[in-house]
Amino acid sequence: MSDFTHGFWPIYISVITVASIVGTWAFLRSQTTRKLAPGEKPELMEHTWDGDLQDLNNPLPRWWLGLFYGTLVFAAAYLLLWPGLGNFAGVLGWTSSGAYEAEVKAAEAKFQPVYARFMKQDIASVAADPEARAIGRNLFLTYCSQCHGSDATGARGFPNLTDHDWLYGGDPDTIVATLTGGRNGIMPALGEVLGPQGTKEVANHVLSLSGRKHDAALAAAGKVKFAENCAACHMPDGTGMQALGAPNLTDKVWLYGGSEATIIETITKGRNGVMPAMTQTLGTTSNKEAKLHLLAAYVYGLSQKQ
Amino acid sequence: MISHETIEKNLGLLIVLTILIVSVGGLVQIVPLFFQTSTTTPVAGLKPYTALQLSGRDIYIREGCVGCHSQMIRPFRAETERYGHYSVAGEFVYDRPFLWGSKRTGPDLHRVGGRYSDAWHTAHLMNPRDVVPESNMPAYPWLDRPLKDAAIQAKMRTLNIVGHGYTEQEIAAAPAALEGKTELEALIAYLQVLGTHAPRI
Repeated sequence: MSDFTHGFWPIYISVITVASIVGTWAFLRSQTTRKLAPGEKPELMEHTWDGDLQDLNNPLPRWWLGLFYGTLVFAAAYLLLWPGLGNFAGVLGWTSSGAYEAEVKAAEAKFQPVYARFMKQDIASVAADPEARAIGRNLFLTYCSQCHGSDATGARGFPNLTDHDWLYGGDPDTIVATLTGGRNGIMPALGEVLGPQGTKEVANHVLSLSGRKHDAALAAAGKVKFAENCAACHMPDGTGMQALGAPNLTDKVWLYGGSEATIIETITKGRNGVMPAMTQTLGTTSNKEAKLHLLAAYVYGLSQKQ
Repeated sequence: MISHETIEKNLGLLIVLTILIVSVGGLVQIVPLFFQTSTTTPVAGLKPYTALQLSGRDIYIREGCVGCHSQMIRPFRAETERYGHYSVAGEFVYDRPFLWGSKRTGPDLHRVGGRYSDAWHTAHLMNPRDVVPESNMPAYPWLDRPLKDAAIQAKMRTLNIVGHGYTEQEIAAAPAALEGKTELEALIAYLQVLGTHAPRI
């Protein structure tokens, strides 16, 4: 089916294109004067400038003429072989999407055997394979490093993947689930419920959970409020819940920061941690599943190092 | 046939013939694009930018993002593996002007929508090195200020002339939609919608 909205346009394109090629050729022919015979003087034009500057009507240089005709021949050959003249697809039948698909197919044929070998192994054994680690690292740098860092140690609000501490769990199946579906860790804003004083008390109780410097009186007052407002996700003892991605508050790992001010900010405004679903972003080739497998193995492997 | 001398000595004729010759490329390559289905039909699901996204887009233009970021994924495997499906013409129907760009100091942004969280964009625009230590992108800390876009309704009406089809309600609601937003939020709203209507894979 023609992409043009009206049958006029392919004709319009073809006519102008052909006319400009033929017209240029005819014009050039008509302006080409014969080559001078040896010893023959070119015609002197009638005008003279600045008293003695004269203008000679030399014929066009032959090399230049040759080049110009060459471009016309090139244009004709191009329009015959490739699409250009209206709806004419060209003798070669080339399309950019066709060229792209061929490129992808060739790459898939090349990489399929490599991937197929790893697809047969479980994640733990893939993670132990040096070749898989090298591939996984490339994938990680392309798709994950923007948030988790090229060394996978994360950034503020973006988890460190090398510290053996997991929000949702670090076993192979959970990592695959995290990569496949993404995660959205929502901590609701509790500032209005707790009030400024209550927030400060809870923050001090949270500080006490991991043995950080805190005000004991405030912490004691915050303990009850913690039980009422926070324990549903973070558990009464503050050890968190992986099913919800609620962080363990008793360890030394802080996703957003462990200072009193930051904890107060977290409680007041809440947090919304988003990990996008990687199935949306792993490129467009059919090797997606293998890539996911290798990535999961790479991430799993990161946490296996001591 | 006209002789070379005749053309050289008649300025009017020289001008007419020059215009004729230099316009051939545009007449053949540009004009028909306005009459092709693939360039004039939006891809499925594509909508004109909302008021907030439109304001964000103008901030993208103001800050010169296009100088370092393209919005055009070419049909090469190396690009689709990294960015996603290659760009198609129907995705740019509501882009006036186009922000395809031609230089990639930073990555292509055509499919950046949904790729990172809003929190990531906020941190990254405030200081890119907070999330990507190797980044050489400048920081844009001043974006965290109230969005002032008094011309938003005029912009929407102008875009309606070329067929964006904003309704009167949408135009009337535009200032309220920008109320209380920061430039940062507007820019992120624009980035998060970019390329989200990729053709089905």
